[in-house]
Amino acid sequence: MLALKLALRNLLGAGLRTWLNVIVLSFSFIIIIWTKGLLAGWDRQARNDMIEWEVGQGQYWQSNYDPYDPFTLNESHETLPESYRSAAEANLLVPVLITQGSIYPQGRMQPVLIKGIPPEQQLLKLPTGLLSSDDGDIPGILGKSMAESTGLSEGDYVTVRWRDRNGTFDATEVRIAGIFETTVPSVDVGQVWLALEDLQKMMLMPGEATILVRGSNAVALPADEAWVVKEQKELLSDIENIIKAKGMIGVIIWGILLMMAMLAVFDTQVLSIFRRQKEIGTYIALGMTRRQVVGLFTTEGAMHSVLAALVGALYGIPLLTMQALRGVAIPVSSSDFGIAMAERLYPVYSLSLIVGTVLIVMIVTTIVSYWPSRKIAKLNPTEALRGRMQ
Amino acid sequence: MKKLITILLLTCSLMTVSAQYPDGKQLLERIDRNMSSENRIFTSSMIIYGRRTTHTVKMKTWTAGEKKSFTEYLFPAREQGTKMLKLEEQLWIYSPSTDRIIQIAGHMLRQSVMGSDLSYEDLMEDNRLEGQYDAKVTGTEVIDGNQCWVVELKAVVPEIAYQGMKLWVDQERNIPLREEMYAKGGTLLKRTELSDVQRIGNRWYPRKILFRDMLRDGKGTEFLIEDIEFNVQIPEHIFSKASLKK
Repeated sequence: MLALKLALRNLLGAGLRTWLNVIVLSFSFIIIIWTKGLLAGWDRQARNDMIEWEVGQGQYWQSNYDPYDPFTLNESHETLPESYRSAAEANLLVPVLITQGSIYPQGRMQPVLIKGIPPEQQLLKLPTGLLSSDDGDIPGILGKSMAESTGLSEGDYVTVRWRDRNGTFDATEVRIAGIFETTVPSVDVGQVWLALEDLQKMMLMPGEATILVRGSNAVALPADEAWVVKEQKELLSDIENIIKAKGMIGVIIWGILLMMAMLAVFDTQVLSIFRRQKEIGTYIALGMTRRQVVGLFTTEGAMHSVLAALVGALYGIPLLTMQALRGVAIPVSSSDFGIAMAERLYPVYSLSLIVGTVLIVMIVTTIVSYWPSRKIAKLNPTEALRGRMQ
Repeated sequence: MKKLITILLLTCSLMTVSAQYPDGKQLLERIDRNMSSENRIFTSSMIIYGRRTTHTVKMKTWTAGEKKSFTEYLFPAREQGTKMLKLEEQLWIYSPSTDRIIQIAGHMLRQSVMGSDLSYEDLMEDNRLEGQYDAKVTGTEVIDGNQCWVVELKAVVPEIAYQGMKLWVDQERNIPLREEMYAKGGTLLKRTELSDVQRIGNRWYPRKILFRDMLRDGKGTEFLIEDIEFNVQIPEHIFSKASLKK
């Protein structure tokens, strides 16, 4: 307790030097918590959006389907087994038929994925209700990025060309019934959504689908050789890996910040021990063991982090709370990255993140403070009392 | 009685007109004799008219039947040495700048080659018409001073790229001077204008073909045959992946 009181008095007595160190250290606290909170927020938002727009609670893939291999698309369609079909009718499964084609906006050719989805589905957030039509035309919906890249707006007609299951070319006009805004580029970029029945007719593939999206209420369906089960975790693994990779960059940034703060603490400690040799000699002369003196100096150094946590809390809590509520604007469109990222990210600060960060910074500061203090154990107390440099 | 005579006369005159038209099947055979061959080697230039610029690609192609084709780019310098091999439904492209072979298949075969109006399929295929289409001569028209049969083609096999075609066939030389390819729903997809027809051996062949993708804007892509040899012996090793890197 005496060491603590003494350490605090010495620290406050050092004045501006202490406060400079404390402020630099508090920046590290705040930036570490902010970057980690931002990534956690992005992770949560991306996961939620991917589930709501694309992944559902898991999927069934036609056994030949590989989204990374367009060569497989021609063979990736299958009639739904009876049990699957009844689950689809009960809106527990959403069948999606996927094929390739071209669209001709403003006289330019652009390759696209044409996806067919039941207009009445409610499992995914896609506004598929717009795909219902009684006028005999073929309505389609596009994501905002796709609409921007093709220059298409609601109500426009665009020529779509495709090849049916026999390889025969066909073309028709599709009316853009709606444009939706999503943070999930994998349901937006380079694709056109049509009503499943329309696409099945166009492709000569009645009752067939490429993937089936499982809803939260979906009961476990019997295994079928033609359909491969894809769990939600597996389908989200890509986004998780990307966020982990981004997290590494965050770790490097706050590692540099922490190192700078630690350099300041280390420097202060070395200077203190060098300049306060008489004081060290006095402590030993008064009966303190060398170990106690080392402890005192280490506590002094470590208390920088305690003060930094307090100072950081003073300006950090309002700042971080405001960001968590208002979000952080991302200046570039998510489609530029090809990953799910909203235009505003809302950081999430968990208790474990805050406590963990405080503990890490305190432990590292203590180690850095102890490192130069070890020199005290080697000091000759009489020489130290005389103030001779050792 | 008067009516009956009129109907008879009309029927007779119609029969006479249709009897003047050649049989569609025979016409397709004659076209195939000119346009198709067991194999061929040709050097060609492709002039691609873009929105702002025009660029030319020169290439040499070896083709055997309908399934095998090998093309080497000769010009421009940045494309020189690029090679394409097509076997059945698969296409491999070798790029000397990366020294890598990439495979293109399925729908990508139908993508435009270097922004042209030709797909990889168009560029490397030599499909016969006879046996694939049912042809009916529906009239006559004059194209560039040449009297042509107007022939409507309807596919008789399910697995075919274009279900409907319309040809304007030179009556003297039995070569199409214009072709239109239609989608199943009737939309006009492509139009080709064939000109500079020359006698090569025992056949007529167009030296200049203008392709136009009718769904896109633009002046199309011109294909100029500089040199062509039909039914020459092509070594089998040409149509192997090993020849891409040679």
